Amino acid sequence: MSSIAVNEHTDQHVEDHAHEHHDNFITKYIFSQDHKTIAKQYLISGIIWALIGGFLSLIFRIQLGFPEAQLEWLRPLMGKWITSSGKLDPEFFLALVTMHGTIMVFFVLTAGLSGTFSNFLIPLQIGARDMASGFMNMLSYWFFFVSSIIMFVSLFIETGPASGGWVIYPPLSALPQAMSGSGLGMTLWLVAMALFIVSTLLGGINYITTIINLRTKGMSFLKMPLTIWSFFLTAIIGLLSFPVLLGAALLLIFDRSFGTSFYLSDIYIAGEALPNMGGSPILFQHLFWFLGHPEVYIVLLPSLGITSEIISTNSRKPIFGYKAMILSMLGITVLSFVVWAHHMFVSGMNPFLGSIFMLLTLIIAVPSSIKVFNYLTTLWKGNIIFTPAMLFSIGLVSFFISGGLTGLHMGNSAIDIQLHDTYFIVAHFHLVMGAAAFFGLLAGVYHWFPKMFGRMMDNKLGYIHFWITFVGVYMIFFPMHYIGIAGFPRRYYSFTNFDAFSTFVDLNAFVSIAAFLTFAAQFLFLFNFFYSIFKGKKAPANPWKANTLEWTTPRIPQHGNWPGEIPSVHRWPYDFSKPGAKEDFIPQNVPLSETPESNLPFEAKIVAEEKKAIKS
Amino acid sequence: MIGFSIAVGVFLVLAILLLIFRLHTLVNVMKQSDKKIGSGYNRTNAMLGMVFMVLSLILFFWYSIKNFDIYQIPIASEHGVLTDRMFWITTAITGVVFIITQVLLFYFSYKYQHSSDRRALYFPDNNKLEFIWTVLPAIVLTSLVVYGLIVWNKVMSPAPDNAEIIEIMGYQFAWRVRYPGKDETLGAYDYRKIDATNEFGLDFADRAAFDDFTPRELHLPKGQPVEFRIRARDVIHSVFAPHFRLKMDAVPGMPTRFWFVPTKTTAEMRIETGKPEFNYEIACTEVCGKGHFSMRLLVVVDEPEEYEKWKAEQKPWLSKNPEYLAKVPDNLKELAMVKSQIESTSSIIQESKN
Repeated sequence: MSSIAVNEHTDQHVEDHAHEHHDNFITKYIFSQDHKTIAKQYLISGIIWALIGGFLSLIFRIQLGFPEAQLEWLRPLMGKWITSSGKLDPEFFLALVTMHGTIMVFFVLTAGLSGTFSNFLIPLQIGARDMASGFMNMLSYWFFFVSSIIMFVSLFIETGPASGGWVIYPPLSALPQAMSGSGLGMTLWLVAMALFIVSTLLGGINYITTIINLRTKGMSFLKMPLTIWSFFLTAIIGLLSFPVLLGAALLLIFDRSFGTSFYLSDIYIAGEALPNMGGSPILFQHLFWFLGHPEVYIVLLPSLGITSEIISTNSRKPIFGYKAMILSMLGITVLSFVVWAHHMFVSGMNPFLGSIFMLLTLIIAVPSSIKVFNYLTTLWKGNIIFTPAMLFSIGLVSFFISGGLTGLHMGNSAIDIQLHDTYFIVAHFHLVMGAAAFFGLLAGVYHWFPKMFGRMMDNKLGYIHFWITFVGVYMIFFPMHYIGIAGFPRRYYSFTNFDAFSTFVDLNAFVSIAAFLTFAAQFLFLFNFFYSIFKGKKAPANPWKANTLEWTTPRIPQHGNWPGEIPSVHRWPYDFSKPGAKEDFIPQNVPLSETPESNLPFEAKIVAEEKKAIKS
Repeated sequence: MIGFSIAVGVFLVLAILLLIFRLHTLVNVMKQSDKKIGSGYNRTNAMLGMVFMVLSLILFFWYSIKNFDIYQIPIASEHGVLTDRMFWITTAITGVVFIITQVLLFYFSYKYQHSSDRRALYFPDNNKLEFIWTVLPAIVLTSLVVYGLIVWNKVMSPAPDNAEIIEIMGYQFAWRVRYPGKDETLGAYDYRKIDATNEFGLDFADRAAFDDFTPRELHLPKGQPVEFRIRARDVIHSVFAPHFRLKMDAVPGMPTRFWFVPTKTTAEMRIETGKPEFNYEIACTEVCGKGHFSMRLLVVVDEPEEYEKWKAEQKPWLSKNPEYLAKVPDNLKELAMVKSQIESTSSIIQESKN
């Protein structure tokens, strides 16, 4: 008995030694340095945050759709934020809106999306054992975790969480006299975001370094899957723009706590004139949107990368215009830094600047439309398999079109005068960056679940989840265009004070009901997700017959990803339905010399070279 | 008790759903139906896409046409006609692209659904196509940009010299307006001079301030250029007059402006909209705190003669608050009394006695 135990122990030890790590519960599941575990940590955290963020939106949707509703039943949860007459407190309404935005943009669609898929896919798809720095990667998650805790705690403090909108424009966010959420709640918001930025930078440096340095043999930049390109560019955008937000936040902290006047000037509030002079609230807006706009692409690009991969795989067809896709993402990356002031056309900024930013903003529509046309051409004459991931990807393209086109309205300063800060912009960005990025996240989960957990999710539940969510999202956000054209301002607790906003009571109720339904449908996904982790059908190593390297790993890749040597790469990742080939896919690690029947003329020429390279 | 029975009910329903799901999964494993790719589910999804596309396009057109007058609120300013035309031209262009791309997206998904006796076309790139759909959007966008710039520059141009100057000040949570009075010059202000009565922080060392008046409603003359001088006292607000297609932030420490020409009087709008209670309104569109949704300012557009008459009836702020005469430098006191139509110091004393 005891000898067996000893043997087992030594076997274990030898194996551990070979992999250079020692598993115990804490290092394996909590303070793990394995990119796959960290990815799953990000994913689960992201899902929890998405539920919280979604739930907050339901509460304010009750208020907007059914202003007469009695909310006494929410008192156990919300305490004094339900007024004595059983209504939602107007100030807490703003807190809900603010936290919904902050949570969704940063904690779900930045950390949840990039954190999950950059971590999971970068090493697996470029052929690396792990990230460049596993330790920094672990730090990145735990900074995010601490940031999450602080942001979560701020929901429950007596003065309420930050309430000045997710853009936290000062002076509102700088002066606790202006609203109670600008007190401790705002402090916690700033601290949480500072930690969040540290986490993002640690992650981003790691992604960039890993992609540049740890690509396997043969994996040139022009053989990388579009997912990797998108994560790479996303990380670069984040690295360049998040520090600016940190700067803006620091100056705000100074204004709040140390009496400086970066953003404050000429203020008379709560019966007294403040001593601050010479500051500019517009300065904050410039700094904020210098991150804020690139942030849109930080949220969107990974989803577009994921979609490119999934649409190509499930159309059994190479992505159309691989290089054009890369170029358009590069274009978006560069342009994303020079369009920020289109959020400020009516901020009092010089109208001449408005002209410049309108020009630059509309240019960014060109690479975006190239991407859409390329997706459509990829579907054309494909052989399409509707996995849930594929459906969500098609849904993403649909949202990207619907929401992207209204960008031409918003980006046009003359039109923006009327539409700025109305429900039109709410509809626009929820479709183009909210729902689209969220669908990218869901598509990614359905697609890579087999590699993450070694099991399959249930397809039929996935279909039902998709159709309810897809139709639901349109039912929520499409009507908002009409409400916005009519001029309804966003962040309004109630519209009854104005004759101009007395219409659309029915439409607002409709939107709210659609929101409840869509939120409810997400529990199908949750069930499917958690059930399948434990009880799902065991997945084959390459269930979707895809080409990229992660599908060459075992069913559940262990630490180090490949048991033997890392495969080397001989072709681009989109050799689907190649004429002459036996199967309708050829993985990236298959040498050209093994597929003489399907090689294109230029590939036949480099076969000899390749053979030499393999020998050496 | 009711809560408990609801909980039990929910639990039972969930348990039944779980059971059905489990049975369904097991049956599928027996039938091995999930091994086939081009199964019925593939066709169902493709069909659903088409059904969704057709139905939602019908709904989109039906709703957009039927409710046009509800969401397209009447325009009451000169530049509003320009910006709205710009809006609808952009909407028409994007609408065409929207329909074409969405139809193609769902049609391709339907038409090219999986079939095991067919292979996808290996079509990795085509420079001609790429060139076309780079240049085509570029041309359309260029024309939109040029058109937009023309409109934007027109709207944002400096106000004509004869424009009526009116100050709008936002604070938590209302708007206040100030007219320059007979001298047609707004008096200077200083935020440190603000108190409970002197809400604007009028600086009485400036003689232009003596005849400024601050009515409760905003009156505008039809057909004449009006320039709003916009400022805020505490946090950022934003002046939004939906019918005038006018919006501009009110920023503490940084006065902004917006000029326009109202084209319809309140009375005319009441006839046009068929609502006898119609009133122009100004709302706040930059979140500013608890009462953000309640910052309503009533706006009245008059015929120019009525407007002049109304203006003549307004009493300067100083005449309503004569105690602030004390803040006027001695050498200007007399001028202040003349400009603010205060008859004599004795009348003030009398008034204050009463």
